[in-house]
Amino acid sequence: MHFEGIHRTASSAPVWTLDARVESWLDIAGSCLEHGGRLVSIWGSASGFVHAAYVFPEGMLVARCAVSGEKIPDLSKMFSCASRMQRAVSDMLGFGFDQADDRPWISHGLWPRHPLKKDFDPEGQCMSFEGDYPFVAVEGEGVHEIAVGPVHAGIIEPGHFRFQVVGEKVLRLEERLGFKHKGIEKAFEGLSFIEGARLAARISGDSTVAYSWAYAMAVESVCDVKVSERASFLRGLLLERERIANHLADLGALGNDAGFSFGLAQFSILREDMLRANRDLFGHRLLMDLVVPGGVLKDIDSAAKDRIAGECAILRKKVEDLREIYVDHTGLQDRFIATGKVAPELAAKLGLTGLAGRASRNASDLREEHPYPPYDKLEFAMATHHGGDVAARVSVRFDEVFESLRLIEQMVAKMPEGETVIEVPPCSGSGFGWVEGFRGEVLIALEIEQGLISRAHAHDPSWQNWPVLEFAVIGNIVPDFPLINKSFNLSYSGHDL
Amino acid sequence: MYRILREILKNGIKTEPEPKPDASLRTRALGKDASILTGALTVRHVDAGSCNGCELEIHALNNPYYRLEGLGIGFAASPRHADMLLVTGPVSKHMEEALRKTYEAMPEPKLVVSVGDCGKEGGVFCQRKNYACKGGVGSVIPVDVEVPGCPPDPAAILQGILSALRLS
Repeated sequence: MHFEGIHRTASSAPVWTLDARVESWLDIAGSCLEHGGRLVSIWGSASGFVHAAYVFPEGMLVARCAVSGEKIPDLSKMFSCASRMQRAVSDMLGFGFDQADDRPWISHGLWPRHPLKKDFDPEGQCMSFEGDYPFVAVEGEGVHEIAVGPVHAGIIEPGHFRFQVVGEKVLRLEERLGFKHKGIEKAFEGLSFIEGARLAARISGDSTVAYSWAYAMAVESVCDVKVSERASFLRGLLLERERIANHLADLGALGNDAGFSFGLAQFSILREDMLRANRDLFGHRLLMDLVVPGGVLKDIDSAAKDRIAGECAILRKKVEDLREIYVDHTGLQDRFIATGKVAPELAAKLGLTGLAGRASRNASDLREEHPYPPYDKLEFAMATHHGGDVAARVSVRFDEVFESLRLIEQMVAKMPEGETVIEVPPCSGSGFGWVEGFRGEVLIALEIEQGLISRAHAHDPSWQNWPVLEFAVIGNIVPDFPLINKSFNLSYSGHDL
Repeated sequence: MYRILREILKNGIKTEPEPKPDASLRTRALGKDASILTGALTVRHVDAGSCNGCELEIHALNNPYYRLEGLGIGFAASPRHADMLLVTGPVSKHMEEALRKTYEAMPEPKLVVSVGDCGKEGGVFCQRKNYACKGGVGSVIPVDVEVPGCPPDPAAILQGILSALRLS
């Protein structure tokens, strides 16, 4: 990063900020691309700024630029994932971007326009345009359309998928999301940073530790508070438990989606055992509301450490046995291999990130690249795969379960002494939290004025990966879509906010 | 095949006894026709804007510990086959119409169980007025049973489902 005026924030992850101008907006993106970096997130604020967060080899650079009515240059030509983020910024704040696709994205027209503006009137006029949302249609002999959702045929979150198919083969998929939009970013405004933690924990229920941690890291970065080593170890312990529990659920569900219900039954037993241990040790099955600004609310004693060590040994053996069964099962592998393939070159071009990215050789993992505490004190090897298909995403999940178990064992063995939580005094400023959740990197950007939140932005890696799913299904058959979708396991709630 | 059987045998039977219905979870009296569903109930789940936490616990109902299907309760892909709606979330305005249409598509008798604090009264998202949410499920469709919790654990959700069917 060779920019004038960059400033290192107090975040425990390496995050820099830069005040940019509209004229240099594209240069920063170009420089990032040149260095093999990636775009993480774009967001706006009512005070008249647009922000873009990039990852360079040295860490994250958050560029912000004052805008006053002019068109903002389009980043989607360099980073394709920018398109939907820019559309969302337009929906929320009315900023204009210089891009061809100016359809609304998060808004369905059922609430008044631009809810993040300061003078927003929740009782204002609104008119639904959802019935007229212009999906791209494919024409030709034998082509027909399948519309799915928002209510799906299972226990899953709502979204709409529009398939164009010939026979059983998918020619094109277009997603329509935003159904779960529940005004989270607006709801943050005016909360004290203590109250905000409860909301942050519910941005995406399956990543509650990741978001709570990112939120806490952002608050601590604003207030320039450093948590104890013990607290960071406990946070790592909770995050890795969350990762394992999610991977166990996905591994079972992926077996089931390929007709192997034995896998679902076995993995769901392992997951349930783990959630029950969470309840006994930490007081909550999904580990909600444990990571707070200043530290962690639960400590573990030596009996708990023994229980966790014993649990790790059992899990490792059971998951090894089940992996052998999965690998040797020809029927299962026949469904997994070559299904939903995103070749490494395409993944790199489209910016596939997180777990799915690692399964397409797009290797990035904050725990290795930019190890924030406690990962700077732990041995860790990132799991990758070159396959890019469902089988590769299954394989990376297995590898990550074993790696997380290794991390947990190290953290339990090396747990330093110290306070678990310290008080955070009310403060003002902006800060960032950047954490590797089970799907990929989550980011929280926070502005606080005298202890009250004036702007909070949450970014989920699903923003990058949802558009890539549209490519992953091309040429596959419709009945394989649930399997492919599950192998990505993207968040609707974390995306729709 | 041998290894699959070995794993099944090693695990044995995990199923636990189901919880007793709790009449205090009900928001209205038990209809006389609900009893015809006891023993074979088909459920349609609708996520009307949750954080996905409740869905994780609803999923757990199908694991061998709770073994929902062993009680004659299964999930259906279509509301037209469903006797009960299991609804989560602080109903987002974007999901209001879909929820109402799903309810209308069900045959009588229609039972509705709301899951979680958000399903009950909007939860953490609706502590103050929220432009994007309707609030609890009851503000959109009639509800029989409300299961509180953030999220409620699987046994509590199962208890809620059973409380919609019978009194004891």
